[in-house]
Amino acid sequence: MHYSGLKVITEGLFGNKGWKPVWRNPAPKAQYDAVIIGGGGHGLSTAYYLARNHGLTNVAVLEKGYLGGGNVGRNTTIVRANYFLPGNQEFYSHSLKLWEGLEADLNYNVMHSQRGLINLFHSDAQRDAFARRGNAMISQGDDAELLDREGVRRYLPYLDFEQARFPIHGGLLHRRGGTARHDAVAWGYARAADRRGVDLIQNCEVTGIDIENGKVTGVQTTRGAIRAAKVGMIVAGRSGQVAAMAGMRLPVESHVLQAFVTEGLKPVIDHVVSFGMGHFYISQSDKGGLVFGGDLDFYASYAQRGNLPMVEHVMEAGMTLMPMIGKARVLRSWGGIMDMTPDGSPIIDRTHVEGLYLDCGWNYGGFKAVPASGWCMAHLMATDQSHDFARRFRLDRFATGDLLDEEGTGSQHNLH
Amino acid sequence: MRITCPLCGSRDRREFHYYGGAVYAERPAADAPPEAWDGYLHLRDNPAGETRDLWYHELGCSAWIEVTRNTVTHAVLSARLLAGPERQGRSARSILTKKKPNSGGKGR
Repeated sequence: MHYSGLKVITEGLFGNKGWKPVWRNPAPKAQYDAVIIGGGGHGLSTAYYLARNHGLTNVAVLEKGYLGGGNVGRNTTIVRANYFLPGNQEFYSHSLKLWEGLEADLNYNVMHSQRGLINLFHSDAQRDAFARRGNAMISQGDDAELLDREGVRRYLPYLDFEQARFPIHGGLLHRRGGTARHDAVAWGYARAADRRGVDLIQNCEVTGIDIENGKVTGVQTTRGAIRAAKVGMIVAGRSGQVAAMAGMRLPVESHVLQAFVTEGLKPVIDHVVSFGMGHFYISQSDKGGLVFGGDLDFYASYAQRGNLPMVEHVMEAGMTLMPMIGKARVLRSWGGIMDMTPDGSPIIDRTHVEGLYLDCGWNYGGFKAVPASGWCMAHLMATDQSHDFARRFRLDRFATGDLLDEEGTGSQHNLH
Repeated sequence: MRITCPLCGSRDRREFHYYGGAVYAERPAADAPPEAWDGYLHLRDNPAGETRDLWYHELGCSAWIEVTRNTVTHAVLSARLLAGPERQGRSARSILTKKKPNSGGKGR
């Protein structure tokens, strides 16, 4: 079923009786050309681009729970391309371009809103760093504008410009940055993959990876054995457990990152805004809730909920920056499980097993990467060659020292 | 979350700095092969369930302790003082690294 304005009007006139389930619910076949473990944003986009770009449609996505039930439905929905390092820049730039055409491509409203992202800076040194980052973004072909204090005031008059401890010196404006409706991204990719013949199999947990003579031959699941010559592991926070089935230890430690949402309010925050002197970033959802988050709790966790010290930090930082939000009531807080690598950058690569591929290590930045990650992972699985945009996302870069440390804080598990 | 320091007793999590998996306490010899150093620095079992990790009692007695915890429930099961022969005379503070403020200045 193709969605269109006409379809909405027609259905409205006839009692909305013509809508059908958006994807099939097939039983797993005994064999596929390729199997993807993990039905989150990255797994679903990989399946879609395998079909769309490479003509591989005999593909299954195996999801142990329900589609989009993990981090793709638990994030703060920010989409941006403001990276600095070669290797990251091209990748996120490509991802943003895919975002800009995503709704037409998927025939699905993902509510992508390029409302602008403003990263605030609070010192001369931070201004220099942001000017340099902005120049790098412009060199890459993306957009960046350095705002001075009055420039920021024009866009964000509600910030506390008078406080002495963290004075606002300006901000880096990335106009094409913004947000998208996170669940819709998973649903849009799922529907589009299904329409091209991909089997989306839910409630199907992978319990083993079959390897013979160094080649992958299939997977064992709670719904029986499935043969496949190519298997992609795209399971985010659970990467360690799935890779262990193939005898691998990964450079990944899973951490919890918390986020918060308030009751619905009238429009007050028109952009995505981040504080430069504490971990706090905020946007307002289309439903009116203020969506904001902070930093990791900083200890290994699979609990999908965090502890109170980080809650306190985020609330303090928010009140420091924009005291007007103090009267809003927080409705919910939650945690997502982040697959943290030592240098804070992802992995899209082959493994030591032929036909077994890995897409993980998205740290706290996986949502914006959903389109390009699927694009590059599909390229890798279909051609056995790394896509040029993902060439530095190597599994062995920690052993070789060819790191991708965007923050510049070092390559160690407790630093990112 | 509260952690029971073997020297100070039950203390708030905020007094402690997390350093990572307990494998950090098993430093390879200086002439160990590169694979051993890669394993020590980067590769992790990353278990969902019981785990052992290294914490530093930064705002307390400055002890390095090994904490046994459950990563799914956040229950802290036990903690033991880490004797330091493998530190080879380096002070505990010299291997402590701190997280800088938001250097990337980015929304996550």
